[in-house]
Amino acid sequence: MDTVQLIIDNKPIVVKKGITILEAAASAGIHIPTLCHMKLEDLNIENKPGGCRICVVEVKGRRNLAPACCTEVADGMEINSHSIRVINARQTVLELILSDHPADCLICAKSGKCDLQDLAHNMGIREIHYKGEQSTYREDTSPAIIRDVDKCIMCRRCEMMCNEVQTVGVLSAINRGFTAVVAPAFEMNLDHSVCTYCGQCVAVCPTGALTEVDQTSHVIKALSDPTKTVVVQTAPAVRAALGEMFGMEPGTLVTGKLVAALRRLGFDYVFDTDFAADLTIMEEGTELLNRLTRFLNGDKDVNLPILTSCCPAWVKFFEHQFPQLKDIPSTARSPQQMFGSIAKSYFAEKMKISREDLVVVSIMPCVAKKYECGRDEFKVNGNPDVDYAITTRELAGLITLANINFNRLPDEEFDLPLGESSGAGVIFGTTGGVIEAAVRTAYELHTKKPLPRIDFTELRGMDGIRQATIDFGGFPLNIGIAHGLGNARRLLEKIESGESEFHAIEIMSCPGGCIGGGGQPYHHGDVEVLKKRQKAIYREDSMKKIRKSHENPYIIQLYEEYLGKPMSEKAHHLLHTAYFDRT
Amino acid sequence: MPKIKLAESTVKIIKDVCARFNNSEGELINVLHTVQHKLGYLPAEVQEVIAKELNTSVAKVYGVVTFYSYFSMIPKGEFPISICMGTACYVRGAEQVLSEFKRQLKVEVGESTSDGKFSLNCLRCVGACGLAPVVMIGEKVFGRVAPTQVKQIIAEYREGCSSEKAKSA
Repeated sequence: MDTVQLIIDNKPIVVKKGITILEAAASAGIHIPTLCHMKLEDLNIENKPGGCRICVVEVKGRRNLAPACCTEVADGMEINSHSIRVINARQTVLELILSDHPADCLICAKSGKCDLQDLAHNMGIREIHYKGEQSTYREDTSPAIIRDVDKCIMCRRCEMMCNEVQTVGVLSAINRGFTAVVAPAFEMNLDHSVCTYCGQCVAVCPTGALTEVDQTSHVIKALSDPTKTVVVQTAPAVRAALGEMFGMEPGTLVTGKLVAALRRLGFDYVFDTDFAADLTIMEEGTELLNRLTRFLNGDKDVNLPILTSCCPAWVKFFEHQFPQLKDIPSTARSPQQMFGSIAKSYFAEKMKISREDLVVVSIMPCVAKKYECGRDEFKVNGNPDVDYAITTRELAGLITLANINFNRLPDEEFDLPLGESSGAGVIFGTTGGVIEAAVRTAYELHTKKPLPRIDFTELRGMDGIRQATIDFGGFPLNIGIAHGLGNARRLLEKIESGESEFHAIEIMSCPGGCIGGGGQPYHHGDVEVLKKRQKAIYREDSMKKIRKSHENPYIIQLYEEYLGKPMSEKAHHLLHTAYFDRT
Repeated sequence: MPKIKLAESTVKIIKDVCARFNNSEGELINVLHTVQHKLGYLPAEVQEVIAKELNTSVAKVYGVVTFYSYFSMIPKGEFPISICMGTACYVRGAEQVLSEFKRQLKVEVGESTSDGKFSLNCLRCVGACGLAPVVMIGEKVFGRVAPTQVKQIIAEYREGCSSEKAKSA
C-alpha cells in the first residue's frame, strides 16, 4: 500500500495515498468542521462538491486555503487545521451563508437537529456582519415533503441522493447566483414530479429546507376526541431508532418503552405493524409459491421473479419509471395498509366500532407512508384505512410535548390481537428482512418440512445488491436483494434484458432499508448508526419466541375467523392492490 | 406555462443533434447550443426530449438551461435585440440604453414583445469596445448608441424594415 507522510497540527502521521485531508485528519483524531460534505462509508454515498468552504485548512507553501474534503494529501504536507487565518475564513464564510438565511431558528422544524445551527454555535457566531437580501421563494408542500428553499444553503446533498443514489432525478440546482435553488424541472411542485417521496433528501438535508409534513396536530386532535377510538401501529424499524431521540446509544431497542409511551399518549389500543408484516408474508409467500408452482409445472407466462411491494416509494418508482413491469411485483399491500384494512374491518367489527369512529395512526420510519395512506385505492367511501402516518421523529416530538420521561418508562407489552408478531415480522425493518421472512414461511409451506435453520445469514448485510440461492427442497431458489432505488434500477434493468435468473427479489428504497428511512432520527452522515440499528433488529428477532409468520397464533386465528385462507376472495379484497402507469 | 406539442420533424431535429454528440450526457451544453441555434429557443418539451436522449434527468437539463444566460426558454423575437453589458459598454452608458429599450418596448430582459417582433437580451462584450455602447439587432451592430436614438431605431424596424437587414439568429 502506498503511503504518504504529512504533518497535521504539528502531529506527524502516515496515511494511505489518495485520501483527503479531511480523512487524514480524522484518522489522527482531529475533527475538521464540515457542512456540505457527507460520506456514508460502505454504501458508496459521498457528497463533496467543495462548495461551502467551511472545511478550509492552511497548507504550508500554498497561497490560498485548501478545502479539506476535496484536497488529496501529498507527501510532506504541513497542515494547520485551526490557525487564526483558518478560523477567520470559516467565520466569514459562515456569516455569508447566514446573511440570507431566515433567522427563525426558534420555530424552525429543524431546530436542535440542524447542522447549520450547530456550526454557528460551534464557530461562536454572535453577530452577522453582512446584511444580505433575503430570498423569498414559495413554499412547496406535497403529501409527504415540504420544500422551504429559503433555508437551502446549496450543499447539494439532496441532489446527490435524488440523482446518484436513488436515480429518481427530481432535484437539481437551477438558476445562478442569488436566485440559485435546488428544485424540480421547470420549478414544478414535487407532487407534479416523479418524486417517490422516499425522503432521502430530507434525511440528509443539513437545514430546515427539506422536512416532512408534520401531522402530529391531527393525531393530538383525534386523541382528544372522546367519540373516537384511536389505535396505533408501529413499524419494526421505529423500535431500533426511537431511543436515539432521547439520548440513547444507536442500536438500543426500546420496544417496551415505545408501547408504554404510546399508551400514555392516550391511544386506546397499541398494536404492531409487525403483525401485519406476518400477514404480508402469508399473502406474499403464498403468491410466490403459486407463481413458483405454475413455473415448475411448465407455465411459460408466469410472472417471475416476484418483486416485493412493501415499500411505497419503490411502488411509486416503478409506476413512473418501469410501468411495463407493473404486473411483476406482488399484489400484496404493504404491512401499513394491511394493518389499516384489517383494523377497520376485522377489528372494528369485533369491537363493534363503526369505521368512521375508528382512527388508525401509524408510526413509521418513513415519509412516503404519508403519501401511501392517502392513495385512493386505500380508502373506503373516502375514509382512509390509515388516517395518519407520522415519523419516528414526529413521535419523539409528541412524547416530549406530552411531558413523558421516555427513559424512565417501564417496558410494556403490545395489545392483542393485532399486537402479536413473529421475529419474521420484526426483520421487515432492514434490507434483506422481508425476503428472509418470506423464505422462512414459503420453505415450510412448500416442502412441508420444518426449516433446518432459521437464520439465513446469506441474505443479510449492507451491500447494495446481494444475491443468494436457497435450497427449496431440491429446487434452487434464486433470490435478489436491492436497497436504494439506484440499485433497484440496476436490478430491474437486468430483469428487462433477460440477464436475471431470479425467482424472488426484495427491494427497499432507502439505503439500509427502513432502518435508514427518511423519517428516522437523523444519522448526520454516520453509517455506523444504520449498522447498529440493523443489529438491533436481528437481536429482537432472535429473542422472539415465534420466529415464523405462519406460526403467529393471532394470524392463524384471523384466517380461521375471518379471511379463510391466504389469497381467498376476502383476502384479495382487503389485502391486495393494483398498480398504475404514471408516465 | 402552456404545453406545446412538438412536430415530428422537430423531434427528429433534436434527436439528430443528440446523436451527432453520441447521446453523451457530457455533451449536454453542446447539444443545447446546437438545438437552440436550430429552433431559436429551448422550451420545456424540447428539454424533455434532450433529457431522454442523453439519458439524464429533465431537472439536470433545466438546471443547465437556467444557469447560462445564453439559453432561452422563450422564443426570440423576429428582431432579437442584444445590449452589450461588457465593461466598456457599461461605463459608457449601456444601462441607460437598456432601460430606454425596456421603456419603449414594455418588456423586461429575457422577454419578447407580444407581437413577437422584438426580444430583449443582454450579453457580455461583442469585441467592438471602440464603438461602445454597442447594441446588436439580429447580426447588425449599432455603435455609440445614445438613449435618445433608441426610439428611432425601433421605429425603423417597426416600419417594415425588411428582415434581411437584421437576420435573426
